[in-house]
Amino acid sequence: MQDVEHVARLARLELSPEEGERMREQLDRILGYIDKLRQLDTAGVEPTSHAVPMVNVFRDDEPRPCLSPEEMLANAPDRSGEFFRVPRIIED
Amino acid sequence: MRGGAGLSVSNPLTESTAHELVEKFRSGAATPSAATRAYLDRITALDPTVRAYITVTRERALAAASAADERWRTGRPKGPIDGVPTAVKDVLCTKGVRTTCGSKILERFVPPYDATVIERLEAAGAVILGKTNMDEFAMGSSTEHSAFFATRNPWDLSRVPGGSSGGSAAAVGADLAAAAIGSDTGGSIRQPGAFTGTVGLKPTYGRVSRYGLVAFASSLDQVGPLTKDVADAALVLRVIAGHDPLDSTSADVPVPDYAAELSRPIAGLRIGVPKEYFVEGMDPEVERAVREAIEVLQRLGATAEPLSLPTTDFALAAYYLIAPAEASSNLARYDGVKYGSRVASAKDLIDMYSKTRAQGFGAEVKRRIMLGTYALSAGYHEAYYAKAQKVRTLVRRDFEAAFSRVDVIVAPTTPNVPFKLGEKEDPLAMYLNDIFTIPVNLAGLPGLSVRCGFSLASLPIGLQFIGRPFDEATLLRAASAYEQATPWRDRRPSLG
Amino acid sequence: MRSAAKDYETVIGLEVHAQLLTRSKMFCGCPTTFGAAPNSQTCPICQGMPGTLPVINRRAIEFGVRTALAFHCTINPGCRFARKHYYYPDMPKNFQISQYEEPLAEHGWLEVTVDGQERRVGIQRLHLEEDVGKLIHDGPLETARSSLVDFNRSGVPLMETVSEPDIRSPEEAAAYLRAFRAILLYLGVCDGNMEERSLRCDANISLRERGETGFGTKVEIKNMNSFRNVQRALEFEVGRQTEALARGERLVQETRLWDADRGYTRSMRSKEFAHDYRYFPEPDLVPLTMDRARVEEIRAGLPELPADRRQRFMRAYTLPAYDALLLTQSRALADYYEAAVREFARPKIVSNWIMSELLREIPADDEKALAASPVPAKNLAGLLQLIDRGTISGKIAKDVFEKMFRSGEDADTIVTREGLIQVADTGALAAIIEQILAANPKAVLDWKRGKKAAAGALVGHVMKATQGKANPGVVNSLLQEKLSQL
Ligand SMILES: [Zn+2]
Repeated sequence: MQDVEHVARLARLELSPEEGERMREQLDRILGYIDKLRQLDTAGVEPTSHAVPMVNVFRDDEPRPCLSPEEMLANAPDRSGEFFRVPRIIED
Repeated sequence: MRGGAGLSVSNPLTESTAHELVEKFRSGAATPSAATRAYLDRITALDPTVRAYITVTRERALAAASAADERWRTGRPKGPIDGVPTAVKDVLCTKGVRTTCGSKILERFVPPYDATVIERLEAAGAVILGKTNMDEFAMGSSTEHSAFFATRNPWDLSRVPGGSSGGSAAAVGADLAAAAIGSDTGGSIRQPGAFTGTVGLKPTYGRVSRYGLVAFASSLDQVGPLTKDVADAALVLRVIAGHDPLDSTSADVPVPDYAAELSRPIAGLRIGVPKEYFVEGMDPEVERAVREAIEVLQRLGATAEPLSLPTTDFALAAYYLIAPAEASSNLARYDGVKYGSRVASAKDLIDMYSKTRAQGFGAEVKRRIMLGTYALSAGYHEAYYAKAQKVRTLVRRDFEAAFSRVDVIVAPTTPNVPFKLGEKEDPLAMYLNDIFTIPVNLAGLPGLSVRCGFSLASLPIGLQFIGRPFDEATLLRAASAYEQATPWRDRRPSLG
Repeated sequence: MRSAAKDYETVIGLEVHAQLLTRSKMFCGCPTTFGAAPNSQTCPICQGMPGTLPVINRRAIEFGVRTALAFHCTINPGCRFARKHYYYPDMPKNFQISQYEEPLAEHGWLEVTVDGQERRVGIQRLHLEEDVGKLIHDGPLETARSSLVDFNRSGVPLMETVSEPDIRSPEEAAAYLRAFRAILLYLGVCDGNMEERSLRCDANISLRERGETGFGTKVEIKNMNSFRNVQRALEFEVGRQTEALARGERLVQETRLWDADRGYTRSMRSKEFAHDYRYFPEPDLVPLTMDRARVEEIRAGLPELPADRRQRFMRAYTLPAYDALLLTQSRALADYYEAAVREFARPKIVSNWIMSELLREIPADDEKALAASPVPAKNLAGLLQLIDRGTISGKIAKDVFEKMFRSGEDADTIVTREGLIQVADTGALAAIIEQILAANPKAVLDWKRGKKAAAGALVGHVMKATQGKANPGVVNSLLQEKLSQL
């Protein structure tokens, strides 16, 4: 895998240089195995995203009771009043 | 490391299957409270050795049991598992009880809602003993990837119980629960079922609601039972199966009375034996046990024929693109904002995200997030993700063709017997352990593993039945007939 | 600015996001009420808690189909939701459930009128997605130490409509938005409120030399929260780009934010690396197929749309094009007009009164205010009947309308209470005229000498003496009669 740093950034995962190197080696081995898929001719084959085909599943537009803000915020790592709080958004 | 800590906590109640327990409740020979206490005592004595549970919900269990006592006493049980002490994999959300998914990032997460499966179990009177250990976010085949501790195989404490539902499998295998719930994305019920000598059933995709199941790979995940015998699997599946309006992929298909199906003979049943499931490098003891099992089925009146599932060899590769791709998406929400842990100091938001996720996830989860992110990223999407989705179609077609000729496919559950803790350091070697279970998830089919013998080292071996969509009844019937005709069921691990 | 723009042609495409007026959110049962206490309209699903799953709101899909049909789009036989990935704290799952390769509908158009000229603007696609939550920054975003998140809006159904790059001026962009909004309001699928952000617009704008068919460097403009601001921002951008090109500069493809207070756009200099949304089909939802019969049923149930209604107004009420366009700008206004005409069947008079009096009080596109007008259509018709019967004069009627609007009372009540009924009683008027003639001998003499205009002054005196309540027609004929008898 060429761009471990780029992928790690996309995935919001901080990797130390050593971790990045180990990751690259392991992923290369796994991708090497996965490369066997190239042997398989899939021209004209429809992709499957659901094993059991179903269509048109809906719910009716009926409001249901919400949970209380207290219940919804109970797991928050940081909060201010009834809001979740996050650190500064713009990078330093 | 063999054996327990010298304590003798063997008890007829904890040795009973769920259906035997229920018979005792019915006759008044035992009460749910007595059974629950017996299990809790055994957990206290043995779980420090086996390490099946992350959380034991003692008080809740005792309260639920005493309510069940009352129902049995007044002759109004809620159903066929009322009062049965049950363990639940820590991947299912339980209102007010922390749900960790075996991850540091969710170490203190307490859901404000119950998974549909939990609601159904409780509505049927099941007594929930606690939440069981698992590979982090269900990614693994040994339960060594739990962020907290590894679970041991009750048959040999130096070996893994399989994974990712290793805690649930070990709990049932070690008589630390009468029955358990697991989840299976690539074999995570069946493989630990095989490794612990328990019955592990992965239902058809859509048979059991996924609402409240913390997602690993949404198009592959299914919830199912791990039990002491096939009859128990039938009972538990009946309770948890069925349409759920909260899960759009849950099928609106009637749920048969599986237990009633079990007694039907299997004479005339057409069994297919796929040649791709007997590969070079597999343990000869496993192959021998499975071949003998097929002969037993034939003696019971089934016909066996060889068949081919030619895409089998590619299924694992496709799976290791699809499952990580979906996982990378499902796990994006763990970012330190709404729930879960957050790093103490970060200079800005992106820094907080990246550090929180770096510290909160273990190595295997990170590997799969990276792999999945890569497979979906610009420039690679077609070659990896899209290609894998097409291969998935071919895998499905293989099974469709096979099921036009046979009623059920029989194969080994795993190529090997349980391995030692730490034996599979190489991720790819670990992945290869799931080679026989993964195609079933890709095709969305039901699969069941049942004990079919032991290796010379007394390690259990699993026999896998694979069925048509929504035909769990045939799997259960065939597996039950096999179980009844063989002596394997009687052996128990010597833990004390 | 104008003179320089001569060499360049403006190319604009608009992306409009409309919150749908469903009762519950797109994928969960939480209500969509605006303005509730923070994080009080959420549940595990719209907060993206582990284990939760989305289920599609049937009405949201139907609203999408209705709108797509009104925009003359092709409804795709199948559509599907996909996950769009990026990290932002207002988005609980760090992916948005949207539509990508298989949108609900494509290839439509919308009729736009600028300076009396009609043009079709193409619509590329229409799809549905979920809204994100709301962020509140501790000061301006650039310097905020922290931000707060409210997930109430998270999961509200959004309909995104992308126009073709067919718009050729900022005025046309504003006209597109007016027409767009009117259709949504006619359909009842969105409340169209830009201030509350239930209707949002982003623009793509580029310039190219006239005669070119390729496209220039595209700039995306965000943060325009009213039609006026869309037009202002685009006008600013036309000027900025024209000047830059005139100086021989190369434009950069970027996103710029409109600053309404300062009246300019500024570059969103984000260090964020290029987005890679990593779309894939949402595995927690199943595909949708559009049943032809159901689509036709929805088509048949569409209300009359602004363009059709305008034509009908011109035909049925013989209204001038100007009146018809104005009166059909919003559904509530057109409904108001028709309700008034039903009670008072002189269409042009009703139109005049609405345009000059009602629309002085209520903007033509303010559906809510029109529907709740303190002078309902029935009361306006009542007022017009009083004029028609000669009970009050047209001049007094304007004051009465204003009083009706302030008090919510009907015309009769006000006219009776305030004694505004015209004096048309010839006996009473004759007596007053006698007095006026006696008091103004000079005017009478002037009239006798042939200065017929002197009668006007006498009428004025009579009106003054009756505080304007005398019926001017009756006064006139009585006066002529008296004068000729002298
Ligand atoms: Zn909600």
